[in-house]
Amino acid sequence: MFHIYCPYCGEHREENEFRPKGQAHIMRPKDPESCSDEEWADYLFFRDNPKGIHHEMWVHATGCRKFFNMTRDTVSYEILEVYKMGEQPKITAASRVVGGEK
Amino acid sequence: MSNVAVFDQNAGIGVLAESPLAHVSGVKGGHTPGVVIHEKAFLGYLTLRGNSADSSFCSGVEQALGMPLPTEPLSLHQNQQKGSSIQWLSPDEWLIVVQGGTEYETEMALRTELSSHFAVVNISGGQTLLTLSGSAAQDVLHKSTVYDVHPRNFPVGKAVATNFAKATAIIRRPSEGTWELIVRRSFADYCYRWLIDASQEFGVDYE
Ligand SMILES: [Zn+2]
Repeated sequence: MFHIYCPYCGEHREENEFRPKGQAHIMRPKDPESCSDEEWADYLFFRDNPKGIHHEMWVHATGCRKFFNMTRDTVSYEILEVYKMGEQPKITAASRVVGGEK
Repeated sequence: MSNVAVFDQNAGIGVLAESPLAHVSGVKGGHTPGVVIHEKAFLGYLTLRGNSADSSFCSGVEQALGMPLPTEPLSLHQNQQKGSSIQWLSPDEWLIVVQGGTEYETEMALRTELSSHFAVVNISGGQTLLTLSGSAAQDVLHKSTVYDVHPRNFPVGKAVATNFAKATAIIRRPSEGTWELIVRRSFADYCYRWLIDASQEFGVDYE
């Protein structure tokens, strides 16, 4: 059971109040017409499934109903950070390797 | 003044209105019931959306409602004189609850005062409000929601949208001894039956 901090409500809430919404930071190709089939399919259908650091979107479904981002470790399930839409993660797979494992 | 077609959705007296709890009969919990539940039916509800960083939006809302816009998350402001309230729902969304029959004039007052990018929608009839009071009201909430309703986490003037039983509800604390639950119309019967059942051990009055 997760205890998730909503960056908009400013409090921790039970996981029941949230819904996971998949991988974060997926950019829509600027010019779909000029995309290759592979690029377009990658945007539409293909998602990362990393062992370790994962950036994902969650929605505070029964609270403020806002989307936000979360960096989570898919091995330990530890929530490393939450940040608002439009912001970038402070913790990434690269920064973790440089900083060393916790 | 915004250029939007609006009309008074309240049909007024003479047209039979039915609360979602019109079918339930009262319950009596003895001489000293631990919980007293009461439905405040037919209140007016409006959702307001806008940008709280825009000072003209904030002052316009205050002018129209006679109470300041709650910009602090999870806060509830009340206008005791008008019997109305406004609560924070999300960074750009608020719920206004007014006395039944005044929702149209409230909407018009907001439309007169506000000019920037905003939205007001009359959602009256989509939900109802239950008040919980009595010495065991907090105990009943402890049984019904995972949200921490202990006074250290839930002071007077707080309003939270969360899970209630297996439904969702807004839980508010307008005063020291009173809790309010705003439940969706379609869940009102379920929430009512849950409350009566959960309150049974303390003795419950529902009028
Ligand atoms: Zn939230």
